[in-house]
Amino acid sequence: MTPFDYTRASSPAEASRLGREGATFIAGGTNLLDLMKLEIMTPDRLVDISRLELDGIDRTGDGGLRIGAMVRNSDLAADAIVRKHYPMLAKALLAGASGQLRNKATTGGNLLQRTRCYYFYDTAMPCNKREPGSGCQAIGGVTRLHAIFGASEHCIATHPSDMAVALRALDARVEIEGADGAVRNVGLDEFYRLPGDTPHIESILAPGDLITSVILPPPEEGRQTYRKVRDRASYAFALVSVAGRIRMEGGRIARAGFAFGGVAPRPWRDRDFEATLEGNEPSPALFERAADALVANASTHGDNAFKVPLLKRTAQAVLTELTES
Amino acid sequence: MTTHIKMDDRIDRDRLEEMVQGVIGRPLDRPEGELKVSGRAPYAMDDLPDGCLHGVLVRSTIAKGKLEHIDAAAVETLPGIRAVLRDDRFTRNPAQGMAGEAPAQGTDEIVYFGQPVALVVADSFEQARHGAQMLALKMEGADEAAVNPSDRNAQIEAPKKKQSSTGDLDKAMRQAAFTVDETYTTPGHVSAAMEPHASVARWDGDSLTLHGSYQMLRFNRAELADSLGIKEEKVRILAPYVGGGFGSKLGISPEGVAAAIAAKELGVPVAVAMTRQNVFEMVLRRSETSQHIRLAADEYGKLTGIGHEALVSNISGEEFSEPVTQATPFLYRGENRVIGHRIARIHRTPAGSVRAPGEAVGLTALEIALDELAVKSGIDPVELRLRNIPDEDPSKGIPFSSHTLSEALKTGARHFGWEPRNREPGKVRDGEWLIGSGMASAARVNMLIESKARVTLTNDGRASVETDMTDIGTGTYAVLGQIAAEMLGLPMARVNTILGDTDLPPASGSGGSFGAASNGTAVFLACEDIRRQLCERLGCAPDELTLKDGYATVANRRTSIQDVLGGSDLAADGHAEPGKAEKKVRQATYGSYFAEVAVNSVTGETRVRKMLGVFAAGRILNAKTARSQCLGGMTFGIGMALTEELVHDHRDGHIVNRDFAEYHLPVNADVPQIDVVLLEERDAWANPLHAKGIGELGICGAAASIVNAIYNATGVRVRDLPATLDKLLEGLPS
Repeated sequence: MTPFDYTRASSPAEASRLGREGATFIAGGTNLLDLMKLEIMTPDRLVDISRLELDGIDRTGDGGLRIGAMVRNSDLAADAIVRKHYPMLAKALLAGASGQLRNKATTGGNLLQRTRCYYFYDTAMPCNKREPGSGCQAIGGVTRLHAIFGASEHCIATHPSDMAVALRALDARVEIEGADGAVRNVGLDEFYRLPGDTPHIESILAPGDLITSVILPPPEEGRQTYRKVRDRASYAFALVSVAGRIRMEGGRIARAGFAFGGVAPRPWRDRDFEATLEGNEPSPALFERAADALVANASTHGDNAFKVPLLKRTAQAVLTELTES
Repeated sequence: MTTHIKMDDRIDRDRLEEMVQGVIGRPLDRPEGELKVSGRAPYAMDDLPDGCLHGVLVRSTIAKGKLEHIDAAAVETLPGIRAVLRDDRFTRNPAQGMAGEAPAQGTDEIVYFGQPVALVVADSFEQARHGAQMLALKMEGADEAAVNPSDRNAQIEAPKKKQSSTGDLDKAMRQAAFTVDETYTTPGHVSAAMEPHASVARWDGDSLTLHGSYQMLRFNRAELADSLGIKEEKVRILAPYVGGGFGSKLGISPEGVAAAIAAKELGVPVAVAMTRQNVFEMVLRRSETSQHIRLAADEYGKLTGIGHEALVSNISGEEFSEPVTQATPFLYRGENRVIGHRIARIHRTPAGSVRAPGEAVGLTALEIALDELAVKSGIDPVELRLRNIPDEDPSKGIPFSSHTLSEALKTGARHFGWEPRNREPGKVRDGEWLIGSGMASAARVNMLIESKARVTLTNDGRASVETDMTDIGTGTYAVLGQIAAEMLGLPMARVNTILGDTDLPPASGSGGSFGAASNGTAVFLACEDIRRQLCERLGCAPDELTLKDGYATVANRRTSIQDVLGGSDLAADGHAEPGKAEKKVRQATYGSYFAEVAVNSVTGETRVRKMLGVFAAGRILNAKTARSQCLGGMTFGIGMALTEELVHDHRDGHIVNRDFAEYHLPVNADVPQIDVVLLEERDAWANPLHAKGIGELGICGAAASIVNAIYNATGVRVRDLPATLDKLLEGLPS
């Protein structure tokens, strides 16, 4: 670990200001501290934002939900409104990490988790995400965890969050307070950037940008779930996960909202998949067609080839679960 | 006065049975348990002397080549840095178990990625770790390095003494009614002890005291002294508490030698703790294995031939090679046999003893093959095994000291509810889940290792047991105390057991499941001597003396121990040695596993729903700690079957999953209710306690019961462990 200064922010504005000056935010620290010990991240100044009053879960005017960036994962998973109206989110949260980590980890921090790519985690290895321009050692190496969508020749890492996958399927937006004090909000689809030739840039956040909350639209009718597939029963990152919701009307799928985890550098959403489903009567044939559309553009790297059939099977099973009477 | 015994023959008299204190075998708590769970037991890093500096090892980042130069200038100016050390006495890797001499030394030659080549010493651990991270090594990589056993330039050795053949297996295969001819592979494993390796060294003149985390102190002392080039008498090792070993702390390891060198050089105590990543890379791993197994059976399922040929790996020059076929020669009948053993010399973290070397992986493959034979022959797997239990050790023509496999199989089947079972795979469903059951035999060779202990009966009516034996979480404190309490007729609270100090009589150490029985025998012998001395004082014959609750009773006269002692202490040493018994008979422990699994028909995820282990290991000294050992072994069996795998990059051999987030041990949610049944047994050939080792028995074949259950659930036969979901997906019934 490299020496660092530590400051506690007393307001979002102060945090933003310090952030613009180059400080790194720390909230729960469940990921950042590990990365600092391994010197994968070496901030020289930390601003502790965990005491900011951003820990409320409140109804919005239009019936949606505003989740403060400092709400702990365990509190969010236990929230009565979340459990009742956004159950996929509660399920996704509880599928992640361990009880101890969820007690510390925050909503904003969860969104900003770094990848678990083995090569990112070993500083002796070239990694474009850790050290821009050094190369990608994962390509041609061990790729069991790696992406089948959205990767580039510079980086094939996946985003590890479960929570973010559910948020993406729920059309969540991220509220950001900029260093200039301006507040804006963006959809999760815009929030994360694909690696391209700059895999070290993972989101649209600029220095000083502070996530203050996550906003969920009003709950929709219908069924929803989150299904995570992993190598052991708990405390393992998703090989594949599916967050899905479906609203039926007159025996047909009126609306489908799906996101997929463990397969891409960000929670993956595929409009073709949803479009294939919408307006149609549920059937195994339809589900297979949708799943085929989903993986049509998958690109694999040896060890992770199994994710294609696994994703198809899991997506089909989730569709069946959400539509069977 | 030392009472010595050499096990040349069976000892039928069961002295412990004649005792009346009633503590032996009972499920007593560990006397040190409260200290451990309240954080007061001083593990190595909990015991830092004043002014102690911290060292962190620096690793090589090439698989093969030379370390030409270390540029320490930049690091030496960092805050808190005291020294950057490179020394010809630094060890390349830990000593192999019971080596008793220095492992390979020096930092010039690099032979694996992760090899320790330098030590950065600083005021704090964090500063030292940062220095280690920043240190610039100038390494010259070799053009070619074999890092995979299958690499064309990997040198393959086939030591003559490790090959054997009797009869004509090829012919037996041709003439058999049923055959199995398959290759099974298992990946490397890490020991995964909870406490990472750590040593704290301090010198007093030319005398070294090292507080470490080690399993076999008398060997470790010799290894450390030899590594440093000093006399053994100048070295004292303390390891009163060890947070798990599983083989990884059998030999002196690089952090111990480096701490001693640094402490000497700097003139102050130095602590060197490995990070988890260091442990993965610098501590001996279990070799991956490739096992070709051939089984030939007649129409009744009786084996006529067994072939078991293994390929394992290690660094060139390391003596150890995973003894994959250790139990194969004696477990089942069959007159035509081939045992083969080859070693690929490759540049990966060196291999050594990890969690039941040999049987853990060897029996797992053999027991999967047996299941394949059961399927082919249509014979129930329990019945198939019962038909193949030999009357004597088929490889040596010597009798078994005792043989409990049949009883373990039958008891297990009854207890588990094995019958009726749907033998046709893929037919039992519970919603999305496919349900199946499987079983396997367990076996582990039993050993006695030379061991000494001292017992003192003090004039206040208490006893102390002293030995350099270790408790690596296994229950040694409890078990040795129970033997002394039973023999001397004292309540447990009046026996104090002192372990983990090389100033005390040298013990077997903890390893190979032999600790409790070997060192327990030494304690027993010392107690026998004290009993003899008490008889002298009381003027009675040995058979006339009854000791219970601190009183000696002879005929109708009852005297407190304090009165018998009359103000003086009685001390005695016990010394146990292996002898001709191990050549006269085959000694082993046996058991059986039964598992029920659910495999998700969509995703291929496997969950173990229930698991039973039935074990016989002679006299059980403490029913609670013995059961705990079996639970731990079976949990590791779940890991071996489903999740555990050291993953190496095929380009440079480095371990990519070097933490517990990505090296998947089973977590609580992976472990179902496990039942353990311990069979009543006495083995008079083993030692006068009639007890055998149980520590490793619970992992020897456990994984096979799960893999066999997966077959029963799905019809997919996994021959490449672990059975991760990607290996099942394609074959799952729709």
